[in-house]
Amino acid sequence: MTTIRKTLNGLWSLIVGLKVTGKEFCKPWLTVHYPRQEVNNLNTYRGHIELVSLSDDPGKPKCVVCRRCEEICPSDCIRIEMHTPEESHLPDRPLMLISGVPLAGSVAKDPLCEGDKLLRVLDGFYLNYNMCSLCGLCVQNCPVSSLTFSQEVYLAGQKRSDFEFDLLQRLQEDAYKPIKSYH
Amino acid sequence: MTQILQYLVMPLVHIVVALAAILTFIALNGLILVYVERKVAGFIQRRPGPYEVGPQGLLQPLADALKLMAKQLVMPRGADSILFWAAPLLSFTPVAICLMPIPFGPNLTGWNVNLGILLVLAFSGLNVLALCLAGWSSNNKYSLLGAARAVAQSVAYEIPLLLSVLCIAFTTGSLNFADVTASQSHGLFSWNIFVQPLAFLIFFIAALAETNRAPFDLPEAESELTAGFHTEYSGMGFGLFFLAEYSYMIVVSAVGSVLFLGGWNGPFLSGHWWMLGKIYALILVMMWFRWTYPRVRFDQLLNICWKWLIPLSLMNLLGTALIINLVR
Amino acid sequence: MQDKSSFNLDGDYYSSKFAEQRKGEGDTLILNLGPQHPSTHGVLRVMVELDGEYVRRAEPVLGYIHRMHEKMGEVKTYVQYLPNMGRVDYLHALAWNWAYVGAVERLMGIEVPPRAEYIRVITCELNRICSHLLWWGAYVLDLGGFTPILYAFDDRENIMDILQMVTGSRLTYCYYRFGGVSSDITSEFIAQTRAFVDRFRKRIPMYHDLVTGNMILRGRCEDIGVISLEMAKRYGATGPVLRGTGLPYDVRRAEPYSVYNQIDFDIPVSEAGDAMARYDVRLAELEQSLRIIEQALQQLPDGPYISADVPERIVPPKGEVYFAVEGARGKIGVYLISDGSDKPYRIKLRAPGYSNLHVFAELAQGTILADAISILGSLDLVIPEIDR
Repeated sequence: MTTIRKTLNGLWSLIVGLKVTGKEFCKPWLTVHYPRQEVNNLNTYRGHIELVSLSDDPGKPKCVVCRRCEEICPSDCIRIEMHTPEESHLPDRPLMLISGVPLAGSVAKDPLCEGDKLLRVLDGFYLNYNMCSLCGLCVQNCPVSSLTFSQEVYLAGQKRSDFEFDLLQRLQEDAYKPIKSYH
Repeated sequence: MTQILQYLVMPLVHIVVALAAILTFIALNGLILVYVERKVAGFIQRRPGPYEVGPQGLLQPLADALKLMAKQLVMPRGADSILFWAAPLLSFTPVAICLMPIPFGPNLTGWNVNLGILLVLAFSGLNVLALCLAGWSSNNKYSLLGAARAVAQSVAYEIPLLLSVLCIAFTTGSLNFADVTASQSHGLFSWNIFVQPLAFLIFFIAALAETNRAPFDLPEAESELTAGFHTEYSGMGFGLFFLAEYSYMIVVSAVGSVLFLGGWNGPFLSGHWWMLGKIYALILVMMWFRWTYPRVRFDQLLNICWKWLIPLSLMNLLGTALIINLVR
Repeated sequence: MQDKSSFNLDGDYYSSKFAEQRKGEGDTLILNLGPQHPSTHGVLRVMVELDGEYVRRAEPVLGYIHRMHEKMGEVKTYVQYLPNMGRVDYLHALAWNWAYVGAVERLMGIEVPPRAEYIRVITCELNRICSHLLWWGAYVLDLGGFTPILYAFDDRENIMDILQMVTGSRLTYCYYRFGGVSSDITSEFIAQTRAFVDRFRKRIPMYHDLVTGNMILRGRCEDIGVISLEMAKRYGATGPVLRGTGLPYDVRRAEPYSVYNQIDFDIPVSEAGDAMARYDVRLAELEQSLRIIEQALQQLPDGPYISADVPERIVPPKGEVYFAVEGARGKIGVYLISDGSDKPYRIKLRAPGYSNLHVFAELAQGTILADAISILGSLDLVIPEIDR
């Protein structure tokens, strides 16, 4: 007797399952059709890093070449090129240094400057995105907030070099693009 | 001369034309069913299914067919080449014969035979031989296991299938599909599904198992045997098995609708539309099952058959025979 | 016929364990499931000796996705090792984040601000639901049901959207930091999490209707792969596999860490020990996780999300430490030895899947091949975690 009741209950469970899928059949789609539609939460996506420009000069990064990002990167994907200028005076704009002291005065005692002489000038900021694991440690550790995440999620390429970025160049290209396209 | 024309050439032409028509029907239906199956799966899973090729993805099955035809035919090392390529053909060809005696409309029968039901059952049994050959000749362990499952499953489920069909043969007193259809022409409640509901249920379950559809798709059980008997087939080899599977769905649905759902009988519309509608309704239910249920296990599959379906169908048959004798 | 000379199997597991010593009587078939196979969830390889459809012997062969995570810990600084943790078990990445961060915090005596603790609880439980949902779908997929996994993915996408808001990524999170988390949660995050909890509560009955009650599924799970408590202890199984045998052992209660002892939740237990018991435990855990998230959101204090007094260079004192958390698959442990430098001397990761997997060899013996697949699925294995 119990076998029969169990079987009948089981058969009913099969009908319940059909009801569930039948109901779902009548509901609209849930998927997002990429070329025609886009997901709406890309603003929270953290893509590869990007240099942040100074507020008054979109072509110059905030970077003070402390090279902490290069050091902390677990995947060794950041490479910074720089040089020490022969004779260089501090720029007019107030730069924030690691010690948190604005660079405007000559009182700053910082590994990055000596008196009023800036010791390091950024020549190139290279990111090898092939190896990046998107941990965000570089962004978090930047003392002057010169790094940010881009929201480029639709990044595609056919060779490795497509993902080797010169961030300084990107920054400058972005900054001067309107002028370039004007010509 | 006229006699030769009358008794030899005319029937031959008739059969050839019917075969050609049926083959076209099968091929077209194969394309449509692939599309329908994927759309049904898509809608059940809250996604659109094929969408990119053609309007609403309508040309997707054509693109798939083209891809399958263009693909290289690969045969594994150590496979028995004759059996390996014979199997998909053997799987597909009997379908055409199975559809011959089925009346699709008042005057739409390929070949009106007195033993139509027997013909269909006999030729549909050939499919299992094809699966067995495919599994054996592939020289692949997964295929072999799939073939073993296919044989056991088909042999077991043919019995309840036959028994449930026999009930209808008893009540109608004929093995001719046209007679069965005619006997159900007196309104909705003369349909055999109301006369023999249990037989219909058993027939439908057995048909699912015979066509290797979920939840009885053990011979190809993807998560266990990768693809079962057709693991090694590529290109049109796979394509033919695929087409055969869908064709057998049409065959069992057609037989089911003739035997139980009144065939082409129905008000308002002309007969063949009713028949087509009934076939497709049954196929849609089969698809609905596939996208809802998990797969049963092998021993459970046989248990369902031997412990439930066969005793039930036997009882049903005996009861039917008894009642018929009493009524007479 | 077949050119055997082109296969050199000398060094293979097959040659050492299967070629000569067959366990079954008569002519048995040796089947190589994986490393590429639809139901091994990645790259697990199982050698099976079959007698017909009966499994005479099944042995998992590991190492196909060994990435040297433990060795990598010895050459990277403490901070640099953080992103590795999201990749050990990509399905419950935040638990591994937590285990490692917690170990270093314990070693250095870093206090975590209460808000950070609550954020960790909320995100980790969300991630646990995510992991259980994927398991649920994949398990039913193993049993031949295609549709449930897509329903599970619907809810999973919802969680991933929520987690993306604070972590920035969708799968391999690297969110926890020494002394807190990398970014604060927003009011939008809280609102969306609340909405998700309500929505998901209403979805769970549908899951039960579609799958749990289904006669076919119950036939595939009940009395399959029965683990006794003694056996689970012998293998060191933890998580739902252990709780499915009737022992309410949960690291969140047994060795309370963070603020779990201020949150009221039950430990779901099932006595049967079969695949269905493990299934039931996991589905019940979904509801418990929802409860935990709700309470944590209620109790969420204000304050900093990361401790201010974490030194800039992480150089822990000499010593060793062990820290365990409850992952979706069981007890995740990180054992760490520091020699006083800025790199760990040795890191040992205790992956729950490793212990849980080895139950399989004993369970699968004598079952049918289809059952062996069902058992393998019910253990909820993530192969990258097992190989590390």
